Amino acid sequence: MYFVRRLIFAIPLLLVISSLAFALVHLAPGGPFDRERAPASPEIERNLRAAYHLDEPVWKQYLRFFGLVWDRDADGRWHHAPASFNISYKYRSHRVSDIVGQALPVSMTLGVLAFGFAMCVGLPLGFITAARRGRWPDYAGSFLAILAVCVPGFVVGPLLILIFSIKLHWLPVALWESPAHMILPAIALGLFFSGKIARLFREGLLATVQSEFIAAARAKGLGENRLLLKHAVRIAILPVVSFSGPMLADLLTGSFVIENIFQIPGIGVFFINSALNSDYTVAVDLALLYAILLIVLNLMVDFSYTLLDPRVKYE
Amino acid sequence: MWRNSFCCLLVFAACLLDSGCVRREPPADVTLINNAEPETLDPAILSGIPEFRIVMGNLFEGLTRLDPKTARPIPGLAQGWDISPDSCTYTFYLRTNLVWSTGEPLTADDIVWSWLRAASPATASDYAGEFFYLKNGEDFVTGKIKNPALVGVHAVDKFTVRVELTHPTPFFLDLCALPVMSVVPRQTIEKYGDRWLMAQPLPVSGPFELAYWRPNDKVRLKKNPLYWDAANTPSQLIDILPLGSPDTALNLYENGQVDIVLDRTLVPGELLDLLRKRPDFHPFNYLGTYFIRLNVTHKPFDDPRVRRALALAIDKELIVAKITRAGERPAATLVPPWTANYASPPGLGYDPALARTLLAEAGYPGGKGFPRFEYMFDAAAGGGSKIHQDIAIELQQMWRDNLGIQMDLRQVEWKVLLGSYSHLDYETARSSWIGDYNDANTFLDCFTSNNGNNRTGWKNTRYDALISEANGQTDLKKREQLFQQAETLLVHDEMPIIPIFYYAGLNYFDTNRIQGFFQNILDDHPLEYLRKANPKSKAQSSN
Repeated sequence: MYFVRRLIFAIPLLLVISSLAFALVHLAPGGPFDRERAPASPEIERNLRAAYHLDEPVWKQYLRFFGLVWDRDADGRWHHAPASFNISYKYRSHRVSDIVGQALPVSMTLGVLAFGFAMCVGLPLGFITAARRGRWPDYAGSFLAILAVCVPGFVVGPLLILIFSIKLHWLPVALWESPAHMILPAIALGLFFSGKIARLFREGLLATVQSEFIAAARAKGLGENRLLLKHAVRIAILPVVSFSGPMLADLLTGSFVIENIFQIPGIGVFFINSALNSDYTVAVDLALLYAILLIVLNLMVDFSYTLLDPRVKYE
Repeated sequence: MWRNSFCCLLVFAACLLDSGCVRREPPADVTLINNAEPETLDPAILSGIPEFRIVMGNLFEGLTRLDPKTARPIPGLAQGWDISPDSCTYTFYLRTNLVWSTGEPLTADDIVWSWLRAASPATASDYAGEFFYLKNGEDFVTGKIKNPALVGVHAVDKFTVRVELTHPTPFFLDLCALPVMSVVPRQTIEKYGDRWLMAQPLPVSGPFELAYWRPNDKVRLKKNPLYWDAANTPSQLIDILPLGSPDTALNLYENGQVDIVLDRTLVPGELLDLLRKRPDFHPFNYLGTYFIRLNVTHKPFDDPRVRRALALAIDKELIVAKITRAGERPAATLVPPWTANYASPPGLGYDPALARTLLAEAGYPGGKGFPRFEYMFDAAAGGGSKIHQDIAIELQQMWRDNLGIQMDLRQVEWKVLLGSYSHLDYETARSSWIGDYNDANTFLDCFTSNNGNNRTGWKNTRYDALISEANGQTDLKKREQLFQQAETLLVHDEMPIIPIFYYAGLNYFDTNRIQGFFQNILDDHPLEYLRKANPKSKAQSSN
């Protein structure tokens, strides 16, 4: 019931997000048909704006976006106008569904790989730094985790290319053609999150070991490693799980920087460029896509709490 | 429960990997990097350089095409033409073996329909202005007349097209090679509307078919075996990658994954001095000029003395030597010196003393009382280069040091800059113009009073009259003199713009690996002639 309520609540939330996004992109200066070459005549520009209904008030364009407009034709008859959410002002030969259908699987693949990398590196690092608190593995691990968080993707990406592609010739420098092409971008994208996870997991573990149930288990004579692995981890991982929702939404929707560096045909580039190009419909579509992913993934996070922590129950 | 979830996750990941990445497809014969993602491949509505490079003479051909070495018009779909004594009527004779890539015959009716489609107000082509030269063309484009039969293009018979012009247009054959005047498939367009480029199979009139176009991934072209000159088209598959990062472009090129990198902006700025010396980096004179727009509707830029003072206070030599560094030449005129049939008159050079005198005459001795103003520029494409910003900073310093005036810098997004041009919502701004065809008119025409590309607020009836008179001339020498008088007004007397430098192009490719690729002032590269010199060399380099 709780999850159904959350899903129902998501509908007005999405409407608010779409209307805000729609208003914001229209408020930004510049329009989709502002070009370096001016149209041959003002009539041409007027025609173009009329053809895409950009001469209408913004509220009407918003309704048209969802297909909620009826137009009157030359004979005075009313007919339903098709929704405009699927058109792109910049890429007029493509539909938004074409772009998303081609680019989203690429970004999702990269995102899943980066997520896997972040988990595989971040969790063990967090565990080691917590288990050896105050000793050199803690200091070394914490330093690495902070380094991963601090060094941005536009530094990590070229560095990885320099070492593994140009110097060692192990991996391709860019493009998206085979599994080998995915390794460097997945690392470059996942590194930041691996550092975050390591820090969160360490803090979670350190907080959990102060709990009474851990003290009780320790009093029963459980070994320290077993204590951490068997009992503390399930609770300590909760902050990581909470963080995973927005992290996955970020990862699955691509990264402008990493996609640019490695020339990956993902959706991240469209997120930025649609706003820069005043490609109104694409910008709003992608904002909605991100919002939907965020809502769904946060719901999944909440659901996973019930599996991990027996104390959590949703009514 | 956990095991099931894990299995589901694995299956999901496998599906993603399958759909999201690995594509098994034959390698291309030649791979090019072409800067930005094309907005469209519809010849009637495209307007950007990346789109030109893919479409022009490759997917869709016109009555003429451009010679790859000289960029001058040569026979395309038309095998020849007659020009009337008054130069106002052109009769084109089509090749008799023309067919679409799908096998249907291509006739004079297709040419006429394609031109009228591109000129129609409904198509809203940015290049529709090129049809103004046709009889009744301007009235048709602007919607004043609706009857297409009145426009000066007619199919005389199946293989003959007659074109009537309003006045002699020496560059008309150049225009016929532009994408907007190429021939497109009527039935497909009528059937699929604005989605016609996605039709399979897509009928094309050029040497290459569109194998596929994946946004932000690549455009793949495959040889059109039914093209009239297919016997001389050596490459079967050509990949064109949209890529804006200079570092990535260089890495891919150095690793042998791409063969040709087009565009000066794809040369990493930090390595420019080093790379320019290499034999596989090919510079060329480009038909384009970088200039500053002055909004003459704003004080104090409404005073020509102020505008001239600003121009005289800029050391352009320093800008090309210190900032651009790719072989650009300082510009005192708008029309580049390598333009056909034209030599520009002298413009204004670097003379700070004269600049100060002019500023004083305008009422601002030593810059006193001169209002603080704003210079608008955009972040350079690709994000790697900061040329516009560096030039802005240099201008700020030169004007402060030489004239004692203060300027604020304002960096904006590209679309914002374009919007500001259109609405004259700026004081001074960086700009540039790339010629569409090899004639002075492609530059000078922009600054006539009613031209949408003027964007300075400058209106000069004498200038308009000179341009109009020049375009009515059949005598090329007289035409040149009229253009010179007009340009003198533009860049010497009135100065609504300040030319800074003439562009230099820089493409990189290894001539040992690639043949049939030529440099020309339009940076136009018909892919028809392109071929790998030795296919084995790529295999070795990629191994």
